[in-house]
Amino acid sequence: MLEAILVMAFGAVVLGAALGYAAVRFRVEGDPLVEKIDAILPQTQCGQCGFPGCKPYAQAIAKGEAEINQCPPGGEEGIHKLADLLGREFKPLSAEHGIEKPKSVAFIDEQTCIGCTLCIQACPVDAISGAAKQMHTIIADECTGCELCLPPCPVDCISMVPIAEDLPHWKWKHPVIMLKEVP
Amino acid sequence: MSRTLHTFKGGVHPPEHKAESNARPVHAAPLPRKLVIPLRQHIGNPAKPVVSVGERVLKGQLIGAADGYISAAVHASSSGTITAIGPALVPHASGLPDDCITIETDGLDEWITRTPLDYRALDPSELRMRLRDLGLAGLGGAAFPSAVKLDPGARHDCPTLILNGGECEPWITCDDVLMRQHADDILQGVAVMRHLLGSTEVIVGIEDNKPEAIAAMQAAAAKMDFATEVVAVPTIYPAGGAKQMVQTLTGKEVPSGKLSTDIGIQVFNVGTAYALARAVHRGEPLISRLVTVTGHVLRPQNVEALIGTPMQALIDVAGDRDGTTGVLMGGPMMGVPITNTGVPVIKATNCVLVKSRELFPPLPRALPCIRCTRCADACPAELQPQELFRFAKAGDFGRAQEYHLFDCIECGCCSYVCPSHIPLVDFYRYAKSEIWAREKEKRASDLARERHDFRQFRLEREKKEKAEKLAAKAKVKRAELAAAPAAEGAAAPSDADAKKALIAAALARAQAKKAEVAPKNVDHLPPEAQREIEEIEARRAKIREIAHQPLETDDKK
Ligand code: SF4
Ligand code: SF4
Ligand code: SF4
Repeated sequence: MLEAILVMAFGAVVLGAALGYAAVRFRVEGDPLVEKIDAILPQTQCGQCGFPGCKPYAQAIAKGEAEINQCPPGGEEGIHKLADLLGREFKPLSAEHGIEKPKSVAFIDEQTCIGCTLCIQACPVDAISGAAKQMHTIIADECTGCELCLPPCPVDCISMVPIAEDLPHWKWKHPVIMLKEVP
Repeated sequence: MSRTLHTFKGGVHPPEHKAESNARPVHAAPLPRKLVIPLRQHIGNPAKPVVSVGERVLKGQLIGAADGYISAAVHASSSGTITAIGPALVPHASGLPDDCITIETDGLDEWITRTPLDYRALDPSELRMRLRDLGLAGLGGAAFPSAVKLDPGARHDCPTLILNGGECEPWITCDDVLMRQHADDILQGVAVMRHLLGSTEVIVGIEDNKPEAIAAMQAAAAKMDFATEVVAVPTIYPAGGAKQMVQTLTGKEVPSGKLSTDIGIQVFNVGTAYALARAVHRGEPLISRLVTVTGHVLRPQNVEALIGTPMQALIDVAGDRDGTTGVLMGGPMMGVPITNTGVPVIKATNCVLVKSRELFPPLPRALPCIRCTRCADACPAELQPQELFRFAKAGDFGRAQEYHLFDCIECGCCSYVCPSHIPLVDFYRYAKSEIWAREKEKRASDLARERHDFRQFRLEREKKEKAEKLAAKAKVKRAELAAAPAAEGAAAPSDADAKKALIAAALARAQAKKAEVAPKNVDHLPPEAQREIEEIEARRAKIREIAHQPLETDDKK
């Protein structure tokens, strides 16, 4: 019992230190604009914008090298927010970068999975667990729905499942009120 | 009884409609064939099922265990067989299904063995865990797990305990009837609460339109060994709101965004105290409650209903009538519309209100807001409902929060007085759930950013480690090469070094070949030329040496 606790505690300390180091090491030297843009981007890390992740896209926008309408997961709302932040004109989502889709998570058919680890290498947020020659599983809470794990899978056992609306995710809708017309 | 009462700002006087249901005797609802018990009946984590399909369970048996601190257990309300565990329709504004445990009852109503708790002997935290496992949750409507509210916490003690018998919503009378019939038990529950919270002052607040309940509670209080003040408070909606009750009785205002415990006051509903008494003194988990069935029914009344009983069964007891236009769970001001009357009674179900065209005429169409500020005058939370409405409608949630959207208790006073009949509360609910959803999204994207950054860091580190390994290998090889000429003719190299030796030999051969094809025009040179050549060779060797070096210096950081 005690060993288990110690092992876990040690693991926590090591990971914490690593994360802390990463935070210092990969800090973009105080460009608040990039940070602000990055905060708006959905962090799906899918690369549909043409950049290898949200941060590089944010940097490109900040430098004026990219349009603000290239992020499909962020959708129209994201573009509006970017337009407001940067004082640029709103533009509809550029079709060549993709379309806005309902939020989904990847699902691995564990019967078919051969445990090749290719999807693990593709996942930008390490949301797939599994070891060589063992079936893999998606950590659904951490999956951003980027679809990057689909192409590398040699047996096509990964599919995207839209997140169904259930009770904890249900939202009150905007009330429809009928205003009487003024005659 | 000389307490000076205070008033809160705002409030309305809707028609009470209490007399319809509070005069009839209380009956137990008939045992239904099927009980559907939702796992999420309280605020916090849903309970985790601990039974399997096909299993026989007894009345009061634990079927869903509390999951975490803010959670409560659920129990079988009667004996029978588990027929399903999975999504089923529940009473919720969304009309969406949620995880439930379905029991086919066997009609025996066979109890588990119940063991009363000796609450004075138990350690307080142990007692709270027991209460959580007995499924106790607030019965006033919000269904907050009681064990959490009974924890005074490390910092605040709770000198004042308020028992809320306000029941200010029109039509509902279950607390009134409970106080009339079970005043002694309620105060037994209060004794346990007092014990856990260390309260020195106990006040029971009851609206003055319930004289029988006040009399019953006063009679019961006289018998107890601790002082309980039973106070009649003016009848005005929403006097039974927790913050309003606190203000009326103590004059203290709960600050925005704070809980009443932050100012040393805890508030419980009378029904919760009764359930607590049953749990402690009889060992009974929370498996039934009083429900007012009223409105457009033949015999409006209160019934003792098992949790999981379909609401239609209660409507049948009270006498279904033609011309029903809808059903609300709760009262007309704050109730939730129920689209399917097959949904079960849950711990938060205080009332099943059947609507008809006569009793609840449809609202006239909404008109634009004329900024009359009548809503602001009526708002007990001292908000500016017309501004909140404007921001919520426009999707300007940041401004809505600045105007204290989250202090809104959704009492409905504003909608009630609005001359333009704007369904204001619907807008606040919409705005609140949008804000929560965005916060959730924000947390998810923050997590994704962190994980992505960490992955980048990990990849970088792996790359560096690989490079370092390669560099180290190269270094070893070079060292061997340097040593090779010296070792020539020495003992045969060990097995492990065989490969390296082979490579070294190959290299040596290559060098020898190079030497063989040395330029022929250098045979008979004058000494100056010879020296010059030697110098050049030395320089070359140095350059070669330097060319090897960067790999080594790179190693250091
Ligand atoms: S397109 Fe994908 S990678 Fe690019 S900013 Fe949007 S979520 Fe991030
Ligand atoms: S009561 Fe209605 S019309 Fe008057 S200010 Fe409030 S929302 Fe507007
Ligand atoms: S519903 Fe909210 S805004 Fe309206 S009166 Fe009640 S507390 Fe005030």
